[in-house]
Amino acid sequence: MFDTSGAKKLVEVRDLTMHFPIRTGLLRRLTGSVKAVDGVSFDIYEGETLGLVGESGCGKSTCGRAILRLYDPTAGSIRLEGEEIAHAPFDKLRRLRPKMQMVFQDPQASLNPRMTVAGIIGEPLMEHTKLNAAKRLERIYELMDAVGLNREFANRYPHEFSGGQRQRIGIARALALNPKFIVCDEPIAALDVSIQAQVVNLLEELQDRLGLTYLFISHDLSMVRHIADRVAVMYLGRVVELAPRDALFADPMHPYTTALLSAVPEPDPASHDDAERIILQGDVPSPANPPKGCNFCTRCPRVMEICRQIDPVIREIAPGRHVACHLYAEDTHKTAAHAAQPTEV
Amino acid sequence: MRDGVTPFVLDVKDLKTVFRTRGGEVHAVNNVSFTLKPGELLGVVGESGSGKSVTMMSLIRLLPMPPAEIRGGSVMFEGQDLARIPEEMMRAIRGARIGMVFQDPMTSLNPVFTVGYQIIEPLRTHMGLSKAQAATRAAELLDLVGIPDARRRLGDYPHQFSGGMRQRVMIAIALACDPKVLIADEPTTALDVTIQAQILELIKELRQKLGMAIVWITHDLGVIAGIADRVMVMYGGQVVEQAPVRELFANPQHPYTRMLLETVPHIRGERAAKLRVIQGQPPILSRAPDSCPFLARCPQAFDRCAHENPARFDVGPAHDAACFWDFKTGAKRDV
Repeated sequence: MFDTSGAKKLVEVRDLTMHFPIRTGLLRRLTGSVKAVDGVSFDIYEGETLGLVGESGCGKSTCGRAILRLYDPTAGSIRLEGEEIAHAPFDKLRRLRPKMQMVFQDPQASLNPRMTVAGIIGEPLMEHTKLNAAKRLERIYELMDAVGLNREFANRYPHEFSGGQRQRIGIARALALNPKFIVCDEPIAALDVSIQAQVVNLLEELQDRLGLTYLFISHDLSMVRHIADRVAVMYLGRVVELAPRDALFADPMHPYTTALLSAVPEPDPASHDDAERIILQGDVPSPANPPKGCNFCTRCPRVMEICRQIDPVIREIAPGRHVACHLYAEDTHKTAAHAAQPTEV
Repeated sequence: MRDGVTPFVLDVKDLKTVFRTRGGEVHAVNNVSFTLKPGELLGVVGESGSGKSVTMMSLIRLLPMPPAEIRGGSVMFEGQDLARIPEEMMRAIRGARIGMVFQDPMTSLNPVFTVGYQIIEPLRTHMGLSKAQAATRAAELLDLVGIPDARRRLGDYPHQFSGGMRQRVMIAIALACDPKVLIADEPTTALDVTIQAQILELIKELRQKLGMAIVWITHDLGVIAGIADRVMVMYGGQVVEQAPVRELFANPQHPYTRMLLETVPHIRGERAAKLRVIQGQPPILSRAPDSCPFLARCPQAFDRCAHENPARFDVGPAHDAACFWDFKTGAKRDV
């Protein structure tokens, strides 16, 4: 398991906020905003995989994109190897781009159908390096080998490949400039089960070989448990819990994490007999109009009076374990919370 | 049993569906046979292109024909062969005696009609209810599927419902005419896990109340483990294994099922260091199979598998697998 104690921080995110304006009427007046990411802070250590999980609309993808400055964040700070990028000007960003790359969810939509595989993988090389054509082709072949694509396919077009192979093309493109940090945004969600394992194993193998750091965004909790070293759980634009993987899955602390984990059906019929499933009532509120107090208070099975008034801040309550919940707010509450916690696995 | 002649509500034999495309034929469903008992929940698992949806769409004849063509087989339901009856008779069965729920509730509900209208429509067409009766029944149905304030919400449009609520509406429509069989095609795939848990809970509850038989198509082994009585695994347009749910998960007898169960990571219990991978790609179904569809990816394959498509052998009580390899004896099957 990844040890954060001696590790270097590669990415530091502080109070990252990404609000999208809502404009209505003839004059397109600003009438509100969708608070997609609302004050998120975390660090990503060099060489680790941070899993970012949550349900659709919780802001996990927006968060990943904002970190790479694919959006201009509303507020907050993002540091990559100490360099501030949240509000960095274009030139500086362009210089930093090779260090940070992205693998997208839908390999069909993220590859230009009119470009050959060599063209797609070679494009970042054209943009950011001064390699000549022969050197570039050599590098393209090298990348194709690295992700397990046959070199002979270099002149084929994306539609000639299966979903899993297309995702390999996307990964090769992300690797082209020797990045340090890759945001993987649901890289396996569009793939079949038997193909998912192929892609996840490839990502892990590349990480070992090239010392990559991943932010792995996914709604598939079992896969995150497999690949991530630490896991951050998001709900309605906030990180509600951040913990080392084993601790989080063995003993989730935030009521939302507990409910989320208990909702995942295990591929084992016997496990469904004794499972004390926590079924959350209702739906996620709109991020344009989050509830007062804690964002989770409308669905929380352990909601208290204070939750409807005051928004809990995320605090480290045990080494490496960050939770944003009033149950763990003070020492008195903490003991009460643990006493009330049902003993479940 | 209720039917008199057969203990099954649905008895499908050797169903064969072919798509004729410009690029040639696609043999999407190859001699699929299965049965469904009253009140039973049959889970159908398989990857995209394995033929699970096309099989179910063929038997209710919801495929565009052409290019699709049902080339053979029979589908016995309430004493009739659905593969042969005229379209008007089929229309009286579809949506009434056999209900359907599809994957994406946003695209399967009509955005320009109210939800009430869409629930009332089958009630008026199939059951001949008056407007007032149908409206009352529609409100009951919404209430049954757990939509609060049902009567008022009848006047709302699909976009006014969340994803989970829309899927509840779809279930209400499917249940409107009290069907004997419900076909659910990936009904929770587009939903978040916490919402999926709500829908699974609802289905379990409705089964107890209404007792219809369900065919549940999914690629999610976790969902199947929790909800199915019996599971049918499909690969390359064929049924490769079929067994009661516990037996299948405890004792898989087809190499594909065995590998599939190992490729999925678990959320509890021991964490595998490396995921098991099924190398290669699913087969291209351009002609009728003359070998095992799993041949190219199978670690167990031997010469016979390349010349002959294995039949479904009985490998245990109510358990069959289409494989020449016998995992119980660890040897080739001599049949």
